[in-house]
Amino acid sequence: MKAPAIRGWFSKKTVDAPPAIEAAALRSDRFRLEREGDWMRLESILKRMESGRLRGLPDEDVLALPVLYRTAASSLAVARETSLDKATLAYLESLVQRAWFQVYGPRQGFFGWFRGFLGGGLSRSVREIWLDMCIALAAMIAGTVTGYLLVSRDQEWYYRLVPGQFMDSRVPGASREALRQTLAIEESAAGLSTFAASLFSNNAGVCILAFALGFAFGVPSLMLLVHNMAVLGAMWWLYSEAGLTYEFAAWLSVHGTTEMFAILLAGAAGIHIGRSMAFPGARSIMTAAAQSGRRAAQVMAGVVLMLILAAVLEAFPRQLLGTNERFVIGMTMLALWLGYFFAFRRKRVTDDAV
Amino acid sequence: MNRSASTPYEAASAKRRRTVVTPEGIALPFIVGARSARAGALIIDYLIITMTVVAVSLLLGWTFSGLIDRVGDAENLGGAAEFIFIAYIIFLFLARYGYFLAFEMGPRGATPGKRLVGLRVAARDGGRLTAEAVIARNLLRDIEIFLPLVFVLTAPSGEGGPAGIAAMLWFLVFMLFAVFNRDAMRAGDLVAGTWVVEAPRKTLAAALSTEGAARLGSSDITGVEYKFGEGELAVYGEYELQTLERVLRDDKPEAIAAVAETICRKIGWHPGVGDERAFLEAFYAQLRARLEGGMRFGKRKADKFS
Repeated sequence: MKAPAIRGWFSKKTVDAPPAIEAAALRSDRFRLEREGDWMRLESILKRMESGRLRGLPDEDVLALPVLYRTAASSLAVARETSLDKATLAYLESLVQRAWFQVYGPRQGFFGWFRGFLGGGLSRSVREIWLDMCIALAAMIAGTVTGYLLVSRDQEWYYRLVPGQFMDSRVPGASREALRQTLAIEESAAGLSTFAASLFSNNAGVCILAFALGFAFGVPSLMLLVHNMAVLGAMWWLYSEAGLTYEFAAWLSVHGTTEMFAILLAGAAGIHIGRSMAFPGARSIMTAAAQSGRRAAQVMAGVVLMLILAAVLEAFPRQLLGTNERFVIGMTMLALWLGYFFAFRRKRVTDDAV
Repeated sequence: MNRSASTPYEAASAKRRRTVVTPEGIALPFIVGARSARAGALIIDYLIITMTVVAVSLLLGWTFSGLIDRVGDAENLGGAAEFIFIAYIIFLFLARYGYFLAFEMGPRGATPGKRLVGLRVAARDGGRLTAEAVIARNLLRDIEIFLPLVFVLTAPSGEGGPAGIAAMLWFLVFMLFAVFNRDAMRAGDLVAGTWVVEAPRKTLAAALSTEGAARLGSSDITGVEYKFGEGELAVYGEYELQTLERVLRDDKPEAIAAVAETICRKIGWHPGVGDERAFLEAFYAQLRARLEGGMRFGKRKADKFS
């Protein structure tokens, strides 16, 4: 532990030729000298694999890796029973550990994982958390209705619920024209892509938070969902008072079907972790948390992708298209997502060591 | 050469030792990474991220000011400025979430900070470290570091009132999660089914019995032959042998002299001055031969007391 890595980085190691096997006085040292060459070869293969330079690795080395790993593992087992050379034992333990990480390590790179993820992994995880999606959906509907009802009873609630950034002209008592202006079509696309990028960054942050808070037994995730949807409910009331319900729905749906679906999934993923920790069933809490956590992480990777798409939709089609086109795009996206998640089933591949 | 000579590091790491049995039936020891080392790794990682962000910000700012100089009008910069903004926003997002993901998904399973302090991420069940596990453990960083920090920095000022203090305590639970369990798992590790273990990178040390007095039993310098009897070798066990091994490998003259004197007193030899290393080499080789011979017949002697 005395800064081994630093020394390893800056010095070229020179390997001395091992002494003749007969030179060793001890039987255990002769055992070691006989196998040392294999260990060194394994170490050099490992070094190249760990640094990710797989392309330069010759085929015979790749084929030799499992054999060399087993040799080293059995050397370790024998050495533990016959040798008292602590340095050699420590070296073998670290060598076998390193080899074990490579032999049983992830055999797929990022792209392999990504292909499996899009081609079935994501939709399977989404289907597996259906119950949590129902809970999240109920919370979102409840939040929207609450926001609507609260504001329709007492307009003061509008100022409490809706954050300042939406308070430009969208306040109770604004004229129908002023409200219509906020749903208007932009003249050109200039500036919209910056808008999209910042939207994405902001929304992804919120979604990751909703997911992470699920760790506290899911309760904060639910609260976050209810609060965010109450804002929507309040704005919905505002526009419906002005008789712009249809326009508002279209304006919202073009990206909202994707974005709110993503928020729904993020909340559901958080609830899934919280729920499985609160009610682990026959599994231990640790196993339950780990299983649901990995499933939820896959959903979250999907959420981030959906948010990228939502931000693009929000910036361009929403700002540039008319009411009917907005509706068509929004509903098409919803149908696509539902189809992808629930109708697209692929046979379970046998890669599930997860 | 007694028990208290064991290094503090070894004593501490015995508590953090866990065993995983490989499919070959080999029990592999894993040492759970020390919390202090992990904190150090985190600090290094955030230093790297911060410095990269500052460097990229300066570079983009410089490009941007160059752009303004060229166009001469900050109002209509057009597509180039927009592109810089988008690149910057995406870069910030990736710096915050992508850094840990990219490095921990790699073959080393460790960020540069972890690598530097000799740690790596591993699956707790001994299986593969999957991409999902890496994603899960890193997405929880938000509630483990950033949110608690915000509350810890703002709550004591009393601005948020009692609710702020309650929130601070609530988030401190997540922040200090790793302190309260014996595997030093943080909340993200629990959710992902991972842990952080030491990844030692040892080089193979030379075989001790191939040279000098260990091989021949006699000194190169004086030619004296060191031959120890059964009774003289029987006083020490494996623990003392391995301590002696460390002294020989470290090769510090004063340590060698002190150890040689202790052994001579114990077994009743009268040492000659100047030939301590040869004496110890011979004693080491013969003690080890005796103890290893016993091992082959299932007789082990842990230390001098057994």
